[in-house]
Amino acid sequence: MKSTKFSWLAWRRRLLNYTATGLSLLAMAFGLFWLLWILWTTLSLGVSGLSFSLFTQMTPPPGSEGGLANAIVGSLIMVGLATLIGTPIGIFSGIYLAEFAQRGWLGEVIRFMNDVLLSAPSIIIGLFIYAVYVTYRGHFSGAAGVLALALIVIPVVVRTTENMLRLVPSSLREAAFALGAPRWHMIMYVTLRASLAGVMTGILLAVARIAGETAPLLFTALSNQYWSTNLDKPMASLPVVIFKFAMSPFEDWNRLAWAGVFLIVVTVLALNIAARAFFGRKTV
Amino acid sequence: MQKMPSSITSSSLPPPSPPTRGRRRLAWGDMLFHRLTQGFAVLTLLLLSGIIVSLIWGAWPAIREFGVSFLWKAEWNPPMNRFGALIPVYGTLVTSAVALVIAVPVSFGIAFFLTELAPGWMRKPLGIAVELLAGIPSIVYGMWGLLVFVPIFSEYIQPPLAKALGPLPIIGALFSGPPLGIGILAAGIVLAIMIIPFIASVMRDVFEITPAILKESSYALGSTRQEVIWNVVLPYTRVGVVGGIMLGLGRALGETMAVTFLIGNINSFQGFSLFLPGNSIASALANEFTEASGELHTSALIELGLILFLITFVVLSLSKLLLMRLAKSGGTQT
Repeated sequence: MKSTKFSWLAWRRRLLNYTATGLSLLAMAFGLFWLLWILWTTLSLGVSGLSFSLFTQMTPPPGSEGGLANAIVGSLIMVGLATLIGTPIGIFSGIYLAEFAQRGWLGEVIRFMNDVLLSAPSIIIGLFIYAVYVTYRGHFSGAAGVLALALIVIPVVVRTTENMLRLVPSSLREAAFALGAPRWHMIMYVTLRASLAGVMTGILLAVARIAGETAPLLFTALSNQYWSTNLDKPMASLPVVIFKFAMSPFEDWNRLAWAGVFLIVVTVLALNIAARAFFGRKTV
Repeated sequence: MQKMPSSITSSSLPPPSPPTRGRRRLAWGDMLFHRLTQGFAVLTLLLLSGIIVSLIWGAWPAIREFGVSFLWKAEWNPPMNRFGALIPVYGTLVTSAVALVIAVPVSFGIAFFLTELAPGWMRKPLGIAVELLAGIPSIVYGMWGLLVFVPIFSEYIQPPLAKALGPLPIIGALFSGPPLGIGILAAGIVLAIMIIPFIASVMRDVFEITPAILKESSYALGSTRQEVIWNVVLPYTRVGVVGGIMLGLGRALGETMAVTFLIGNINSFQGFSLFLPGNSIASALANEFTEASGELHTSALIELGLILFLITFVVLSLSKLLLMRLAKSGGTQT
């Protein structure tokens, strides 16, 4: 026969366990609830704002019809160039950290700074480019926006490149050395190639990150109401236009902003899913 | 022979030169490659540490003008050229605190669910869903918050909240005032929704570091799930959990768009109630910087940016150190 004290303890433990389980389920439901709500709003309001003119017409003045063509093109140009500039710098820095500086103070310092800046506020990056480039040139420009976005790409690519290179088994490196390959050859043709899927994942994640960045573009690229592909002039971008249109009281602008948000969310989710698929297919 | 293009010497024929020469050439290539990658790595370092120098440079006129008192002056008056950082710093810290109060328990629950409760087939898709939520750009949260959440919040959530918590002695003061919707509380809640996925996925990752043998021993002794998480997993990963929370805090402090839409952007102190509008450093920058009225205004805004950078730098450094400590101890103890 059980003593009363013992069964009371068991009952209390069980109750505590059920409470914890229930709260945990509740937390999960809470998290998913917001995700679904935000996605649903974006999809329903965004799809209703979609139209062909979205891609062919310029951003309108308040009260008239228009599209987001200049903002879409501006975003594509700036994100594309920023990726082109940031990726090689990031990959080479990542190679240095993984292959040449596993130990040593320089590697540690770079690694530390990189990780801190990976999550530093992006608006600070905008301020930095404003201070060193925009004031120097004397005006806002698409090029400044490109530089700001490239600075956000670099730490992301450095981190993933280093992590992925470190996953490559050292037996591969030893095999390459045993065949007489020079070190740079070994890195470029053996380890980097072995971790290509991972590095690509990092690049895709970096693109996904900057595709939606608004804050660093506010004081660098500014925005432009008209069609412009001139990198030395202010350039429109999707996030900045959304910011301006969503804050405004005009119905048309709000509708365009929802359509823009829809485009960004779909792009970012697609890039994230592609990155995952990339990495999932071939792991080192 | 000496000046031959390298394409010929490295053809399929065995090199005619003595091996030492070949080796020297190899070493030279390696050296070049080493220095090249090092150069890029140092460039990264310089670019990133250049941020702090340029911010100090840009903020210098304001630092010289206002000195240390900039930190606790509450006045923000562009026409009179008088600036103080108190209101935006207060807004930044309070919105982040609200966000953490909501996000930490929820993230803990999510991580608990994902590591211990969820059936195997559910873990991966749900984990991915949480990570995708972390990838959604903040402007989406901001716009959704302003146009969808705030109307519902001011109509259905704020009045009952004020009724339920308003009469309490100290907490009551935080939940008083008109239900405007927009304000510090709304910004904090949307920030919480934004950082939950970050904190939850770091917590899940650190929970998974716990060696299975520890958990299994505890289960074998008859522990319940709650006891395993509370008495085995949490003590083992405490450092990493704190690191994850700090990472989320770093996000919340520097978040621009989600807060700018929701905080109300008012530069004077309204009161301690969370229902009232305020301002944060990042949203002050986002709203005023391009329309700054003069050199001193710009410079004061840059000094705000400098303060924000220093705060987040400290928070993120701490988080990084804590997570590194966990990784080290996790490596040696298993």
